[in-house]
Amino acid sequence: MDLINFEATELRLGLPGSTDEQPEIKSTPSPVKTNKRSSSKMDSSVPDEQDSSRSPPAKTQVVGWPPVRSYRKNILQGKKSEPESGSGMYVKVSMDGAPYLRKVDLKVYKGYGELMKGLQEMFKCIVGLYSEMEGYKSEYAPTYEDKDGDWMLVGDVPWDMFLTSCTRLRIMKSCDVIES
Amino acid sequence: MDPAAAGVEFIGTGADPTRSSTLPEEFLKRTFSLISSEKDRSSVSLVCKDWYNAERLSRRHVTIRNCYSVSPEMVAARFPAIRSVTLKGKPRFSDFNLVPDGWGADVQSWLNVFATAYPFLEELRLKRMAVTDESLEFIALNFDGFKALSLLSCDGFSTLGLEAIATHCKNLTELDIQENGIDDLGGDWLSYFPENLTSLEVLNFSTLTSEVSFDDLESLVSRCKSLRVLKVNQKINLHQLQKLLVLAPQLTELGTGTFMEELVSGSVNDLENTFSKCGNMHTLSGFWDATLLHLPVIYPVCGNLTFLNLSYANIGDVELEQILSRSKQLIRLWVVDTVGDKGLEAVGSHCQLLEELRVFPVDPFDQQIGVTESGLLAVSIGCPKLHYILYFCQRMTNAAVITVAQNCPDFTHFRLCIMSPHEPDYLTNEPMDEAFGAIVKTCTNLRRLSVSGLLTDLAFEYVGKYAKNLETLSVAFAGTSDMGMEYVMRGCPKLKRVEIRDCPFGDSALLSGLTQYESMRSLWMSDCNLTMNGCKKLAEEMGRLNVEVIKDKDDDVSLASKVYVYRTVAGPRKDAPHFVVTL
Repeated sequence: MDLINFEATELRLGLPGSTDEQPEIKSTPSPVKTNKRSSSKMDSSVPDEQDSSRSPPAKTQVVGWPPVRSYRKNILQGKKSEPESGSGMYVKVSMDGAPYLRKVDLKVYKGYGELMKGLQEMFKCIVGLYSEMEGYKSEYAPTYEDKDGDWMLVGDVPWDMFLTSCTRLRIMKSCDVIES
Repeated sequence: MDPAAAGVEFIGTGADPTRSSTLPEEFLKRTFSLISSEKDRSSVSLVCKDWYNAERLSRRHVTIRNCYSVSPEMVAARFPAIRSVTLKGKPRFSDFNLVPDGWGADVQSWLNVFATAYPFLEELRLKRMAVTDESLEFIALNFDGFKALSLLSCDGFSTLGLEAIATHCKNLTELDIQENGIDDLGGDWLSYFPENLTSLEVLNFSTLTSEVSFDDLESLVSRCKSLRVLKVNQKINLHQLQKLLVLAPQLTELGTGTFMEELVSGSVNDLENTFSKCGNMHTLSGFWDATLLHLPVIYPVCGNLTFLNLSYANIGDVELEQILSRSKQLIRLWVVDTVGDKGLEAVGSHCQLLEELRVFPVDPFDQQIGVTESGLLAVSIGCPKLHYILYFCQRMTNAAVITVAQNCPDFTHFRLCIMSPHEPDYLTNEPMDEAFGAIVKTCTNLRRLSVSGLLTDLAFEYVGKYAKNLETLSVAFAGTSDMGMEYVMRGCPKLKRVEIRDCPFGDSALLSGLTQYESMRSLWMSDCNLTMNGCKKLAEEMGRLNVEVIKDKDDDVSLASKVYVYRTVAGPRKDAPHFVVTL
């Protein structure tokens, strides 16, 4: 009875999506388990500092080595997998006067209209609709920082181009927006 | 008056030590109740029969370091007045996945006895035990005055079990959940603390992953005026931390949540201000995703810190220097090797009072150089009081360790982990024998040693010759023949726990320790050269040892790839799973 409970509830701490069955052996075909293992020198690829490849292929990962507790290992693996989950396109959004920043996933929006609605909801402010002729008719204007580091008014370029160039958003008070 | 001295005086007057003392039992019990040290209690219990009785009747706390060394019934029979139990189960290498699931160390069989023997049990501290939700519920329902629960490196339970504890333990003062194999089903458990629970002093849920209800947490912190230790998890952000700290400036230990959030400057000042009101704070941990952007909020408390745990913050030397230059009182420091040698130089230059340093690897499997021998050297030069070191590195040299030993002769715990097995001195290409030789020769108070790198039998010859106070020894991928282990088993009289993996030690090495095993707590040997016959021989010679072999289905039938030997007065295990064979 205990065995069944054990297996059902035996889950190591791990972030969602990270499997931690036997992290130490997942990259090796057969975890070396013979008694003679200790006498054979581990296949150690030369720890060349110039070698920037993340996992030297020649090195076998040994069960339970180095002796780092599962919890700590999971934290590290969690951190590593974060940048790899490239499904979202998160950029930071700040709003003048708000105590903290937010993050939005631009991929969720199909165009500027939806983005504005989303920002409005997020900051409960009237961001206003944009028209090329008149600029923003509200207290606030959304701006974004592009890949060159310049601050631009949101809405000038086609949405797709905006998606590829926007690195962060800032909702400025309209009076602060400098008309060029 | 020191009761032990009284005993000596008494015996010295020529009185027969086997005759009953004329001191009334009540007097003895009262006096002994003032003794908290277990060692002292052990000594006291050996003086004479009356003292043995008075000691056992007055004991309130018992620590059982191997749950199979004694049965719960025996403990209950000897110590009827226990209020607090510390119980440890699986061998330490289970932390590194070397012990299969279902091995044992189930706490329930202990709880069943405690429910009748210790209905007034208040504290339970479990380490590496198998704990189910049913067991947690059992605790919650069977011990009316239950106060303190600490679970470290246990597994088998979920947050449902925590719900039961929160719901039923009306006098709970401590809930400390750390690094367990827990099934985190959500943060609801925290909301089960009733509105009228105000007794909490310690709350640590830092290693749980789910988000708890912040409103409920805030309310809990607000009404528990005696709260002194609060360690939240990563899901709590700085904004929320600010709110909690305002409610609990009396905290002595704080585990922060994530530092990832960006606060606009006004809020940074607020948080820094709030920290400045925490005059009792001496321990800080947490710091997930901390950067220089917000680390400065803790500067107001740095001056009082004695323990700083940055081992979940991948910070560099610049950040570390900023913190350490303000933290001159530090006694214990845990960091990640992202701080590099430069960061350790900062440790050496600012932390003159440092006694313990632990450096963890940010990525145990990456070849990137984290810290090296020069970081270790820098610390040894700047921190003369250092006596505890845990150091993960990719490379080391004999020369550096020899110098370190000279700089810090007071080491009691020296745990060096060179992360590649069989790694020699990277400058000379020689084995690391001389390094550990120097440590055991110079550090005469050494109690715990973990060796690594390329080591021959010579290293162990040194250990056996010089490490006369050694109690715990961890060995991996080392040694050249049985002699290695024999040197140690024959030379170190105070050994308590020995754990060996992947070493060329065979049956004769195992049997060389015959005279030692009964005075040791346990021996673990995995992936060495042991055979079933060798283990059987050991079992035959030593009746009061349990010699257990953990069988792997891939194993050759005659080989014993995982062996666990421990002294016991409880006989062979009755709950051994099919893959554990007691010889």
